[in-house]
Amino acid sequence: MAEYKPIRKVVSGNYAAAYAVKHARVQVVAAYPITPQTSIIEKIAEFIANGEADIQYVPVESEHSAMAASIGASAAGARAFTATSAQGLALMHEMLHWASGARLPVVMVDVNRAMAPPWSVWDDQTDSLSQRDTGWMQFYAENNQEVYDGVLMAFKIAETVNLPAMVIESAFILSHTYDVVEMIPQELVDEFLPPRKPLYDLADFSQPFSVGALGGPNDYYEFRYKIAKAMEDAVKVIKDVGKEFGERFGRDYSEMIEKGYVDDADFVFMGMGSLMGTVKEAVELLRKEGYKVGYAKVRWFRPFPKEELREIAESVKGIAVLDRNYSFGQEGILFNESKGVLYNTDARPIIKNYIVGLGGRDFTVPDVKAIAENMKKVIEAGKLDREVEWYHLKR
Amino acid sequence: MEIPENVRKRLSIPAEEHFFAGHTACQGCGASLGIRYVLKAYGRKTIFVIPACCSTIIAGPWPYTALDANLFHTAFETTGAVISGIEAALKARGIKVKGDDGVMVVGWAGDGGTADIGLQALSGFLERGHDAVYIMYDNEAYMNTGIQRSSSTPYGAWTTNTPGGKRHFLEKRHKKKVIDIVIAHEVPYAATASVAFPEDFIRKLKKARKVEGPAFIQLFAPCPTGWRSPTDKSIEIARLAVQTAYFPLFEYENGKYKINMPSPKKEPKPIEEFLKLQGRFKYMTKEDIENLQSWVLREWEKLKKLAEVFG
Ligand SMILES: Cc1ncc(C[n+]2csc(CCOP(=O)(O)OP(=O)(O)O)c2C)c(N)n1
Ligand code: SF4
Repeated sequence: MAEYKPIRKVVSGNYAAAYAVKHARVQVVAAYPITPQTSIIEKIAEFIANGEADIQYVPVESEHSAMAASIGASAAGARAFTATSAQGLALMHEMLHWASGARLPVVMVDVNRAMAPPWSVWDDQTDSLSQRDTGWMQFYAENNQEVYDGVLMAFKIAETVNLPAMVIESAFILSHTYDVVEMIPQELVDEFLPPRKPLYDLADFSQPFSVGALGGPNDYYEFRYKIAKAMEDAVKVIKDVGKEFGERFGRDYSEMIEKGYVDDADFVFMGMGSLMGTVKEAVELLRKEGYKVGYAKVRWFRPFPKEELREIAESVKGIAVLDRNYSFGQEGILFNESKGVLYNTDARPIIKNYIVGLGGRDFTVPDVKAIAENMKKVIEAGKLDREVEWYHLKR
Repeated sequence: MEIPENVRKRLSIPAEEHFFAGHTACQGCGASLGIRYVLKAYGRKTIFVIPACCSTIIAGPWPYTALDANLFHTAFETTGAVISGIEAALKARGIKVKGDDGVMVVGWAGDGGTADIGLQALSGFLERGHDAVYIMYDNEAYMNTGIQRSSSTPYGAWTTNTPGGKRHFLEKRHKKKVIDIVIAHEVPYAATASVAFPEDFIRKLKKARKVEGPAFIQLFAPCPTGWRSPTDKSIEIARLAVQTAYFPLFEYENGKYKINMPSPKKEPKPIEEFLKLQGRFKYMTKEDIENLQSWVLREWEKLKKLAEVFG
């Protein structure tokens, strides 16, 4: 193994994704523009134009076709990538099921953007979380470095379990914000991520076969079970690949939930994506002020890190779940999932849902502090004031 | 039996079979004949892409396949996009496509999946110029969901959502000219074909294999179930569609039009001959038939002009 000397580049989250696609030696990219995803594909096109990447680029006429073409490419044995956001992801929905159903390890970056109407191009997790049940793995990146690392790991994990994976970054907060990213020299990426070995290959004519044919009630059920099983198996693969990544490149992703100050915390903030950067900073400050708080950053939402969450629940009195998303008629989606996981355990800390930052509303360190105050009161009182709070709602 | 030399010379249809017995099409199904001919023309090294339609079922349920080729089933509206992705992947992997010995990527979709819901993906495929062949088998309705109209359903036809009845709720629009839309993309090759003329169809398939870029064939494929026609009349009906100029056979190649059948000099037979064999037209009034007849002749004149000027 060659010695790892990172190449530092100041890039946007979108460019970090594009570099990862290049380094992953993706063979086919089919994509359609949408703000704020567009610059991922533009950068990839630039790599191709400059002769820096050998990629077949299919400029499709819609996101539905972007996913369909990626599926075709993947079924024909290629490493395939696409990227989108919000309305584009919603338009892909039908085909997301097709990718997982046909067991194709397509990797996609979704730039989290609010759904219209009203039109909004800003950050919100509802687009990706609406795809929860499509059989896609979901990785939420906190910063540009995690976008880059996430794409590389996603390919390895997806191609091991034969399920597609989504790497999710925030609109503008990451997609268009420049930061230092440590990139990995090509030959080391190649060692980490060898060429894909497809589960099946449409270009193999040794005997005729069909994919996706009618499955009657006698067979369909087992097909679903195999996806369920693959998703379960993915937990170990994710941890192993995350650990390997840490050993090779110094950034460890073996935890599906990244934890900080959890062991002696009264309560923790839990959430996903870039807002956890703000939370981590706030926790450092709050700790200095004597608050016994910690954080739990959920990296992988699918498969859901049940065991790790249960462990956290055993040691804390409360969990403040921060959701930059909402499921109408119910509550925040991460909150909803977390409560479900904790029901069948003895450890049932107080768990409260804060809806924050929808559609790009600023979410800042003072906001975290205000939530800490409220959470502290709730824990002292030993009961919830309310289960779901729309934080910073204009009255 | 020994085939006499003079007959053998005329047989241009390959003898090999790549479409297995045991497929699940109805008796007299034009689409199933179409699949058989495509496989005869292209052989084993073919990747078929079939969206939701009758052919999904014809190919057979998991784990069976009636096709001696590889088959990817896909969503209704995605044929054009999926064949684009497959072609891109083969190129990325350095696998030869088309030509004499390359892999054939074939989109095989119904009129519904082509003229309606899949038109956008078809357009994208054509416009981007992928090396694949798209075949629309035209049975003039959505058969798989139980005979509903498509934009390729002819004027005056009964379907389950244009059921005729007292208020004369029959299909009121003429057939969408998908081939014209295709040609508007300035594709290298587009043609109409019919299961009643397999030699012509296979010749066109072979031509489609040779051209660089996308090729499109609209194949007339009778459906006895949906057309309310006797199962042994499919070929006769398909032949009459050509002879009446209701569905003329022609090719468009690099800007040039060529009529194959019927002879441009011959007068088309009256449209009634085509209509009378099919129950789906039985609600048509005299005016309806006249209306359809004049549309057919108008379109036929148009095609003849095109062949004359751009021949
Ligand atoms: C998005 C979507 N909408 C509707 C359907 C239901 N559907 C399946 S096949 C079909 C009709 C197919 O018609 P056509 O393409 O003409 O082929 P045919 O069945 O006549 O062979 C429809 C409407 C579907 N599968 N997907
Ligand atoms: S319904 Fe028509 S198109 Fe479908 S299998 Fe039967 S005959 Fe063929």
